[in-house]
Amino acid sequence: MLTISPELRAKIIAHARADHPDEACGVIAGPAGSDRPERFIPMLNAERSPTFYRFDSMEQLRVWREMDDRDEEPVVIYHSHTATEAYPSRTDVSYASEPGAHYVLVSTRDPDTEEFRSFRILDGVVTEEDVTVTPE
Amino acid sequence: MAIEVRIPTILRTYTSGAKSVEGSGGTLDELFSDLNKQYDGLRERLVDDSGLRRFVNVYLNDEDVRFLGGLAAQVHDGDTVTVLPAVAGGAG
Repeated sequence: MLTISPELRAKIIAHARADHPDEACGVIAGPAGSDRPERFIPMLNAERSPTFYRFDSMEQLRVWREMDDRDEEPVVIYHSHTATEAYPSRTDVSYASEPGAHYVLVSTRDPDTEEFRSFRILDGVVTEEDVTVTPE
Repeated sequence: MAIEVRIPTILRTYTSGAKSVEGSGGTLDELFSDLNKQYDGLRERLVDDSGLRRFVNVYLNDEDVRFLGGLAAQVHDGDTVTVLPAVAGGAG
């Protein structure tokens, strides 16, 4: 289960809408071992593509080092799909490399509908999980 | 000679959980071969037939080794090599 504040959920959706029709992507860091998403870190999509995303390699190094220094880990890794459902694609699954993260997918295919879903991706297996939206 | 290599979470199964290991070599290629002797199977997660795997980021100190010659990048005592799997995906 992903527990997230309404503010952070809204920030993810706003980022996705702003970058549409390109995919948006980012991280929410939280204290290591806490499973609490706290610090919103939107990332550049180095692919700038409507169907693919990749963190810029130097930005990823900076952010990962910063999390390490602050004793944090990536609790949420989010990205958007711009024309398809908010469900991990085969590409998403094959590149999922943070076993402890909640993978949040947002779809911006419909401007009037919010699609916000969360998944665990472990050893190639996708498991959808409930999202609990609750203030801190 | 010791080069520190920082290992991402997903590859720590090869290093019995260690976040940081040490290896030796004059190039990244040699360093990864040395690590593979200590941690069997690790090299194959980093390197394929065409060189460094495309969706694995390797940094030598503060630089992406793609700009330093990839596997041919020279490494020296006291350097730190950091491995981070690329975060990527998408609908397409």
